[in-house]
This record gives sequence, structure tokens and C-alpha cells, in this order.
Amino acid sequence: MNAWHYFVNLLPNVRADFVEWLQGFGLPSSLIIFLDSIIGITLILLLVFPMVMLFIWMERRFIARFQLRPGPNRCGPLGLFQPVADAVKILVKELIMPAKGDRLVHWIAPIVMFFAVFMIFAVLPIGNGRIGVFADLNIGILYIVAISSLAIIGIFMAGWASNNKFSLIGAMRSVAQLISYEVPMVLSIVGVVLIVGSLQMSEIVGKQTVPFILLQPLGFLIYFIGAMTELNRSPMDMIEADSEIVAGYFTEYSGMKFAMFYLAEYINTLAVAIIVATLFLSGWKGPFLPFWFWFVLKVLAVFMFILWMRATLIRLRIDQVMAFSWKFLLPMALINVFITAGEVLVWDTWMSGWQSFPWPFIFVNFAIAAGLIVLWSKFFFRLGGGRVEVGRLRARNSQGYGADSQAPVS
Amino acid sequence: MALTLKHLFRKKVTTQYPEQKLETSRRIRGQQFVWRADLCTGCATCAKSCPHGIIRVATSKHVENKYLVDSIEFDIGRCMFCGLCVEACPYSALFMGRSYEQAKYSRKLLWADMEELMSPDNEPSAYGHTELEEKAPEQTLLVYGQISRKIANKNGS
Amino acid sequence: MELKTQPFMLNIGPHHPSTHGVFRMRLTLDGEVIVDLEPVFGYLHRGIEKLAEGRTYTQNIPFTDRLDYIASMMNNFAYVLAVEKLAGVKAPERAEYLRVIMAELMRIARHLLAIGFLTNDLGAMMTPLLYMWREREKIVDLFEMVCGQRQTYNYMRIGGVSHDIPPEFLPAVKKFLKEMPAFIDEYDQLLAENEVMLARTKGVGILPADLAINSSVSGPMLRASGVKWDIRKADPYSVYDRFDFDIPTATTGDTYDRYRVRIEEMRQSVRIIEQAIEQLPPGETCAKVPTLLRPPKGDAYTRIEASTGELGFYLVSDGSIAPYRYRVRSPELLNLTVLRDISIGWKIADLIVIFGSIDIALAEVDR
Repeated sequence: MNAWHYFVNLLPNVRADFVEWLQGFGLPSSLIIFLDSIIGITLILLLVFPMVMLFIWMERRFIARFQLRPGPNRCGPLGLFQPVADAVKILVKELIMPAKGDRLVHWIAPIVMFFAVFMIFAVLPIGNGRIGVFADLNIGILYIVAISSLAIIGIFMAGWASNNKFSLIGAMRSVAQLISYEVPMVLSIVGVVLIVGSLQMSEIVGKQTVPFILLQPLGFLIYFIGAMTELNRSPMDMIEADSEIVAGYFTEYSGMKFAMFYLAEYINTLAVAIIVATLFLSGWKGPFLPFWFWFVLKVLAVFMFILWMRATLIRLRIDQVMAFSWKFLLPMALINVFITAGEVLVWDTWMSGWQSFPWPFIFVNFAIAAGLIVLWSKFFFRLGGGRVEVGRLRARNSQGYGADSQAPVS
Repeated sequence: MALTLKHLFRKKVTTQYPEQKLETSRRIRGQQFVWRADLCTGCATCAKSCPHGIIRVATSKHVENKYLVDSIEFDIGRCMFCGLCVEACPYSALFMGRSYEQAKYSRKLLWADMEELMSPDNEPSAYGHTELEEKAPEQTLLVYGQISRKIANKNGS
Repeated sequence: MELKTQPFMLNIGPHHPSTHGVFRMRLTLDGEVIVDLEPVFGYLHRGIEKLAEGRTYTQNIPFTDRLDYIASMMNNFAYVLAVEKLAGVKAPERAEYLRVIMAELMRIARHLLAIGFLTNDLGAMMTPLLYMWREREKIVDLFEMVCGQRQTYNYMRIGGVSHDIPPEFLPAVKKFLKEMPAFIDEYDQLLAENEVMLARTKGVGILPADLAINSSVSGPMLRASGVKWDIRKADPYSVYDRFDFDIPTATTGDTYDRYRVRIEEMRQSVRIIEQAIEQLPPGETCAKVPTLLRPPKGDAYTRIEASTGELGFYLVSDGSIAPYRYRVRSPELLNLTVLRDISIGWKIADLIVIFGSIDIALAEVDR
């Protein structure tokens, strides 16, 4: 193959060539697999860390542009070395550990969270076909769902180990929120899987001649909202709400441990952006230009949308977030699964001879999505909060005087 | 959401200090004082009118029943730049300066003594002295969209 | 079977990103629901009232700037009116009109800040705050043009104002007033049509009208609860009786209504300034007042409608050059006393929003 072709498939080709070279030595095959994995991990690191640095830079400059200001522009040209400056600053800080906190858990929590989000990259399809994935598991998407739940444990451990009521409140909120949003997220993925017929990530990309966002608009919305919540991003970022509980679960962290949380959040964002691009925007596919161009473009577009939402929207309260998930997203996700299943059945049994792609279903799906959202939000769901009567707990102030006056609800 | 998107394409309102500086008001109560030794008679009305008492005037007798001002000092570190001293001076000998970049490295240096007050680098502002208004440069106003003006080598920047 | 729970105490301490200043709240929580709240303040007490007893009436004016430092012109205004009432000094017409223009511009700036920080507390990443800050910068530029400083103005004097406005002031104010209604509409639209904002602020922290009146609440909080009381109309001071403006009120008294009342007040302030500019008479800007003013023995209390409520100064004079007693009726302190009653039963996130809607600047609470 010529040089251009080699360059276009650089990373997978490097890996394949390295394995061939190793096989020439006659090493045992398990050792070759081991070294091959090391190379793969290194290549993933090489991909992930520059993109994360780019994301950090983009976040600060892009949100700043929304706020009519330039953003950091002193460190290097256009402020490109700002993430490096941040990293250096965080690294030289003292590792503070609260005195009564749980030492072991405090140390392990950032590690758990970091590795949980890092393991997602093993199955993300970055390149052409099967060689673009580090490990093309045939349960790809299920692996992703399972691993991303591990990050919740990391957050909870962090909140507990800090011996700080603010952190504990943050951790409790986060566990409740993240668990509630797993369910609609998974159900919206089921819609895509039904259409594709396989859980394998490269298959999902392979089947998307037209992006699935057209076929599954409701699924896209539900997955996007669920994923933004998993990332603890606005508008559901109350667990690290700057204005309420200082910093939530990582209040007591500083130095490299904080850097692990910080990086883990951005790596998670990168992973979610890649997953959204893969599942709904047809991954690395695109006309004329090489695959990495389309891949980076789609990931950046998704990320810019996430940033735009962050810059604009007001955060919701925790009970509103949970009500939104259980009463709005979950029924919609269920209805989406039913309708998708029905459509797949109709397509396979009656209509598969006619055309190569189910064009009429696009219109049907969009109409159903729009109608469902409007109807449900008008009649079945209200995003209000409630006031709780505190009659049964007698409120006492510090002098012990009974103070059970309540403002009458008008 | 659409509003934020609209703002994405509007002009930035920040000034890249110190390369670009905004032109301050003509009547700015800056962090300096300008003292005219020829007009001052040593009456210390300014010292009496200061709410904090940061002005120290020491005088001695001179010819013809006049005072000679031996030293006059302002404690810039404790001054709140209210301008009451400038307004109180009956001989219009005291002016506020225009500079706002008066940071020093130690607290002792924050006492402005006679030399500093009479230094020709200090530009008097038109606060309390409206006759100086025509000479001072025009202020940049955000209302007119002027974000900044490149200051040509004012303080060597 | 009932779930056994135990209330726990959380301290939203003096150092906190969203208490506007150093303010401490001791909450008793049941889960996330607030059962009891005890505010602790006094961290910013500087003894302004005691300091005033050692300084003359004119030297006190910069100190009043530092009361509610975000709205300094209002404080100056109230103090100067009190001294004038005590000493029997009448300010010339032009000075009165200039004072009204400055006070209303200050009201717009203060409300912009209040609404901006309310959205910041709600969680919108400083974006609406920075938009409102841009408008506030325009106003503060105008103030810098007139009196030379951007935050603590020291502009008003006993018997008038210190400087006359330069000739560039009126065209700049006119341009500002022409653009301002469009911006107010933009801010209104940004937040009032936002479903999340409505969900978070409607019905939250309701202050009933009788509780408001009994607790001496004043200002936009009172008007949001439905009580139509504005000192500019009820007990007019300076030249406010010559202007034609409305008093916005709302019905429920929740956070959303307080936010709405502030937006409407900004529109009314724009109206007042337009009328004041048209009616601005020529003349002197300060009456002739002796430097060391000795008011006759007696006392005087004057109150104005500051942007947060009824700001009053009670001055007692014993005939000397310094006041014998000087007391500030701080509207923000009195508005803060209802915090406990209106936030019991809500969650921590709502507490921050309610606190933001009371709109305090700790310097005035603690003096």
C-alpha cells in the first residue's frame, strides 16, 4: 500500500507492524499479546491526552467567547499552553488529606474514577472497520455501559472519605442522580442496537449509511441528556455546584489527586462525545475526506454543543433532576424502544425488499418524537419543585427555644 | 440558548491590559497627588479636612509672617482618595493625580513626600479644578463602543 | 414503618462562593430539607456609626459610600438629605435634579447586579452576569466621567453636588437610555421564558404580605409581596413628585416575583431619567454652606427609597461640628431577618436562590 494509505491508517498499522516484528523473534504468543496490548494502550494514551488538553483549552476559550471575553491568551500563542500551566500548577500543590478522613479510601477514589473512565476507550472505534478499535469486543456497547457505572463508585468514595458534610451531600446527590440516569440512557441505546442487530461497536458504525440521528431522534435526545448528566455537566451539575456546596465531592482534594478527578471528568467528556458520534452520527464515516478528519470534526461538534449548553443553562435542583429522569425520560425511552422494535419488525418482515434504507421511518420517527415531547410535557409532567412541611420535626434554635413557626403557604 | 449564540459573534469587551489601556476620566481621583509649592501657604486646611488624618504638614516661620513648608507628606497607603483635601484647599494648590498604577514594594514607600508630590511626571486631574478639563484627554466610554485605545508609550509600555 | 431520620447541622460558613460577602448560616437539615436556619453576621462590622462621631458632617460623606458599596450614590443621597434637614439647608434645583439622575442610574446598576448574581447563584456559569455587567460598566463609566471614581463616588455634598456635569455627559446618557430598554427586554427574555428558571424560582420562598409588613421589610421584596409602598410616591423627597412613573408590584412574593419587580423597576428608572434630563434647569450645583457646619441642636430622620429598601439616616446634633449620634436604618439587615421564615421547608439549593433574591451586600448589614 502506498504511503498515503499507510499514513491514513497510521495507528492501527503501527500496531499491526509491531506485532509482525515481534512474531519474527519467536516469542510465546501470550507475551506477544501482552506487548501488543501495551502498544495499544500507549496509542490510546497518545490519542486521549492531547484531545483532553485540547478540550480543556477549548472549554475555556469557547465559553469565554460566549461571555464576550477572550479567555486565556497569555500562556503561549492563543493560550494553547494554558492546560499545561494548569497541570504544572496542580502538580506542585501539596496533597492535603483531612485529618479524620478515611486514608485508604481517600487515596483510592481518584484512581478508581480515572481508570473507570479510561477503560471505556478500549472499545471505541476510531478508525477504519475492525482495525480501528483496540479491542473489538462483540459486546462493545454493553461493556461501555457497565464500565461507566464504575465511575459512580469513585465519586461516592471521594465524598465519603473527605469527612466533610458538603462532600457527603455532593456524593449523595451524585449517586442518586447518576443511578437514575443510567436507565433511560441504556434504554435509548437499546433502540440503536435493535436497528443494528449487534452490540459490536464497529458493526454499529458499519451499518450507518445514514446517521442514526435521523432514525432515532428521540433516542439521541435521551442519550444526550443522560450522558450530560453522567458527566456532571450543566444543566445538571449540582453535585459540583460552585455556588452551593463549594465543590461537592472533590472539595478536599488538591494536587495530583485533584488532577485525576479533573482529568477524569474531561476524559469522560471525550468518551461520551465519541460514543455519541459513533452511535448516532455515524462515527468516522464521511465522504471524500479521510476518516480521522470526520471523526475529529464530529467529536468537536458534539463537544461544542455541550459547551454551549454549559454556558447558557441554569442548573436544576436535585429533586427536579430525578423527577425529570424517572417521570419524563424513562417513559419516553420505553416508548421509543417499543416503537423502534415495531419498526424493525415491520421492516424485516414486509418492507425489506423495497428499498435499501428505511426512509419513511425517518419522518415517522421525527413526528412521533416531536409529538411525544410536546404532549408529555404539557399534560403529564411539570418540572416544579415542592415545599416540604416540617411540622413533625420541632425546629429549635441554638438557645433551645422552640421555634416552630412556619411561614404560612399562601 | 439563542441569545448566547448571538453573543458568540459580538465584539469582545475586554481590554488587553497592559498593552491596551482605557483612557480614564478627566476628573479621575487617581492614586497620586500633585502639589504646587508656589501656591501653598502652609495653612494645613487639607490636613484638617482629611477624614483619616493622613496628611502631615510641617512648617516654620519665614519672612514677612509667611510660613515655609518644611515637609508635607501624604500616606497613600491609608488614603481613600475621596478628594476632600483637594476641594478644601483655599489656594488651589493641591490636585489629584491621574495615575492609577502606584503599587510599591513596601509600605514605607507609600508615604508620598514632597519630592514625589512635586514631581513633573505627575499629571494633575481636573477633579475640583474644572479649568484643567480641556487639557485632559477624552475618556473612553463603553456606551460608544470604544473598548480601548492603544496608549502610545505613556509609561514605557 | 416510619423511616427514622435525624436532623444534622450544616454550616454554610463565612467563606463561601455564594453568600454575597462574609455571612454565616447554621442550617439544621433533614436530608436536604431545611428545618431551621440561624444567620450569623457581623463579620464585616467596621464601626461606621462610631467613627462618624469623630468626624465632621462633610468628612462623613465618604464613609457613607462604604455602607452599601455597590450603590454608593444612594447612601450619599440619604445622608446628605438628613444633614440638610437637620441644618435647614436647601439645595438648588439643578443639584436636586442631578441627584435624582445619579440615584436612578445607580438603581439600574444595582438591580443589574442583583439579577446577574441571582442567575449566577442559579447556576448559569456567569454568562448572564457578564452580559449585565457590560451594562453596568456603561453606567459606571458615566459616573467616572462626573466624579472621577468608579465605585465609591463621594459625589453629593451638603447643599448640592460636588461637580457639575461635563458637556459630554448628557449625550452619553441619552445614548445609554436609548439602548437600555432593548437590553432589559433581552435579559427578560433570557430568563423569564426559561422553563428551568421558572421551575426553580416560581413558588420558592414565598413571603406573605403580612409577614413582610410585620418584619419591616421594604423595597422590591415588599413590593413583590403585593404591598404597593414606595417612598418615592408615599413620602416624596427631593424632586420625585415632579416625575411620572409607576410602581411595579407583584402578587405572590416568591423569588420569581422579586426578580420581575426588579426588571420592571429598571424600566421605570429609565423613564424617570428621561424626564429628569428634559427638565434639568440651569443654575448652581451647590448651596453656600460653611465648611464646618454647625447644625442647631436636634435630630432628624430622613429616608429614601434605596435600591434594596428604605434607607434611613437618623442624625442627632448637639450643635458642634460632628454629629452626636448617627444611625443607619439599614434595609438589607431588616430584609434579612425574614430569611429564616421564608426558607424553612425548602432545600439547600433553594436557600441559595432565596438568599440571592433578597439581594444583600454584607457591608450594609454589618455597617
